[in-house]
Amino acid sequence: MTETTVSELVNESSNTAERSLGISDFDTLAALESESIHIFREVAGEFERPVILFSGGKDSTVLLHLALKAFWPAPLPFALLHVDTGHNLPEVLAFRDKVVDKYGLRLHVAKVEDYLADGRLTERPDGIRNPLQTVPLLDAITEHRFDAVFGGGRRDEERSRAKERIFSLRNAFGQWDPKRQRPELWNLYNGKHAPGEHVRVFPLSNWTELDIWRYIAREDVDLASIYYSHQRPVYQRDGMWMTPGVWGGPGQGEVLETRSVRYRTVGDGSSTGAILSDAADNEAILAEVAASRLTERGATRGDDRVSEAAMEDRKREGYF
Amino acid sequence: MSDLLRLATAGSVDDGKSTLVGRLLYDTKSVLADQIDAVTRASVDKGLATPDLSLLVDGLRAEREQGITIDVAYRYFATPKRSFVLADTPGHVQYTRNTVSGASTAQLVILLVDARKGVIEQTRRHAAVLALLGVPKLVLAVNKIDLVDDPATVFAAISAEFNRLTSTLGWSDEDVLEIPVSALHGDNIASRSQNTPYYNGPSLIEHLESVPVDADSSGTHGLGLRFPVQYVIRPRTAEYPDYRGYAGQIAAGSVSPGDEIVVLPSGIRSTVERVDTPDGELAVAQVGRSVTLILTDDVDISRGDIIASPADAPEPIDSFDATVCWLGDKPLRPGARLLLKHGARTTQAIVGALVERFDEQNLTAAPNPESLELNDIGRISVRVAEPIAADDYRVNRYTGSFLLIDPAGGNTLAAGLVGDVLTAVEVGA
Repeated sequence: MTETTVSELVNESSNTAERSLGISDFDTLAALESESIHIFREVAGEFERPVILFSGGKDSTVLLHLALKAFWPAPLPFALLHVDTGHNLPEVLAFRDKVVDKYGLRLHVAKVEDYLADGRLTERPDGIRNPLQTVPLLDAITEHRFDAVFGGGRRDEERSRAKERIFSLRNAFGQWDPKRQRPELWNLYNGKHAPGEHVRVFPLSNWTELDIWRYIAREDVDLASIYYSHQRPVYQRDGMWMTPGVWGGPGQGEVLETRSVRYRTVGDGSSTGAILSDAADNEAILAEVAASRLTERGATRGDDRVSEAAMEDRKREGYF
Repeated sequence: MSDLLRLATAGSVDDGKSTLVGRLLYDTKSVLADQIDAVTRASVDKGLATPDLSLLVDGLRAEREQGITIDVAYRYFATPKRSFVLADTPGHVQYTRNTVSGASTAQLVILLVDARKGVIEQTRRHAAVLALLGVPKLVLAVNKIDLVDDPATVFAAISAEFNRLTSTLGWSDEDVLEIPVSALHGDNIASRSQNTPYYNGPSLIEHLESVPVDADSSGTHGLGLRFPVQYVIRPRTAEYPDYRGYAGQIAAGSVSPGDEIVVLPSGIRSTVERVDTPDGELAVAQVGRSVTLILTDDVDISRGDIIASPADAPEPIDSFDATVCWLGDKPLRPGARLLLKHGARTTQAIVGALVERFDEQNLTAAPNPESLELNDIGRISVRVAEPIAADDYRVNRYTGSFLLIDPAGGNTLAAGLVGDVLTAVEVGA
């Protein structure tokens, strides 16, 4: 994407006369949108109790936007599920609740803190709560008998995600086995599963980070405020800019200072960092993402740095 | 038309497929600094002198352990002209089912050969599978061309042999291109190389950017409307008390308000009143687009039905012959009771006779096999409980394809292609 200017990215196919004809605007974003909508409708047609995992992040917000479009003008036939680590940024929780109110959605919340309080889970020495989400997630799936669980995962995020099917079968333990994946042919998705098993569904599989931002700009999708540049007291750790919170910090030798930052991904506050940025609107963010020399996860996700196969290992345990 | 090209790779083990894909990502600047750093670190750990670009794509533990690709991986890259979704498929014979998965939606496949080995058995097998699946465009990347003594002669000989093979399999000359490349050094990948003066064609990326992707490349060959109904949208809200829309993705042709339609398999006729989307009504919607159709009559239509143009609507069938690629670990035998998914309809199916089994190596067919084993391609007869409105696969990949599913475990057992597809591929026999 080096030679394409940002205005080209944004303005491509914005001619409204052509748009109403529905012909020449059938570009990459329209093709991706149609594919995602097709996936949502397949799941609605084949499963009993689907649910959308919603974290308040940009991918799950786009996911929800597409789901609403897939069933328009009918109400969304799915509930939302949020796994709350207790380490979420307050702006993200406020955004989550605003979205739920605005569209009259049903929201289930599974709380890591409940598990810590009664001893079913133990805090890790590094204080990172992302890996602790797996158990409350799987329990919520079992408790509500969800048989299809939508996630905003994209195959461009990480090498093991690149191997994931759009319909990804999980066994009764929620585990992913990369060697036993079903072939996925044409656009014929197979949702058959045994009782107790469920299917994770990834309608954004074929989207890239840049596609997501182009789509947010084109559709004017409302996002959590932390994606846009703002002043925030932060401290530096492992090359990332961390926000102090209930999860602690700054530690010894770490200095709190107010900087102009934004988040590229929304995750656990204890492991997700902000980047220094003055990008305050979609166009500026598109320019920044297009020019970035780092992937979003490489830049700001501590949990992916644990080992070469950190994501694969967590997915095998039942994580997204 | 979409500026998105879906492509796949195919080729045998160790011909440099992962390196080629790594090179495509690298040369289109689709790899970022932290990914390069990770690959450099891992290459140093393995004692390599230069970064191993194949590590950009082989991501699973087992793959890094064995140094091979074991499953389809999807890669994304873009140039100013086009976006690409690439299904990177493994070359091992035992993973032919993954090649089938990766190629089923591809508009173009890059087939790799090692210039030192030329067209080998695996190349012929893959080309036969790709022909069967109706992949519209092919590129033969003659890799490691820098490692042969007389590259001009070698390239000409491999190209000629490949052309004979592909014309036997039914591709026309303009749909096939051979390019001499070195994935390791980047020759003829992003730009034309000085090292191949005997080659006047485009670089791989130039070709991928400019190869035409029209409706025919999606395999719909001028068919009228095919609209599998996925879901009936009935809001029953105060604002939309009487709304009844049929939601789906157009599998062939286009649709406009005023079009006459027929519902299959019932044969009920009606007229399109509106083509609805959340962004407003459309004057015309084309193949690939997800829309909602509102009809002028209140007719009985449910998930699994197909809305088609009356002019060329397929006859619903409950008994037919089909070509299948068997993907199950246990063999297929006559009399098997399975599920068949076609469009948005899943129905019970009974397999009748096994008509023939295709030998990809000799491109011949043996009649009346006792069974079809994993990765076998053959022709079978099938009977279904509810009729399906299928087109011949060669006319439309989406209404001509189906899955066979294990009713017990739910696994996908076969990729099915309606019609006499296999016989068409057997021209070389």
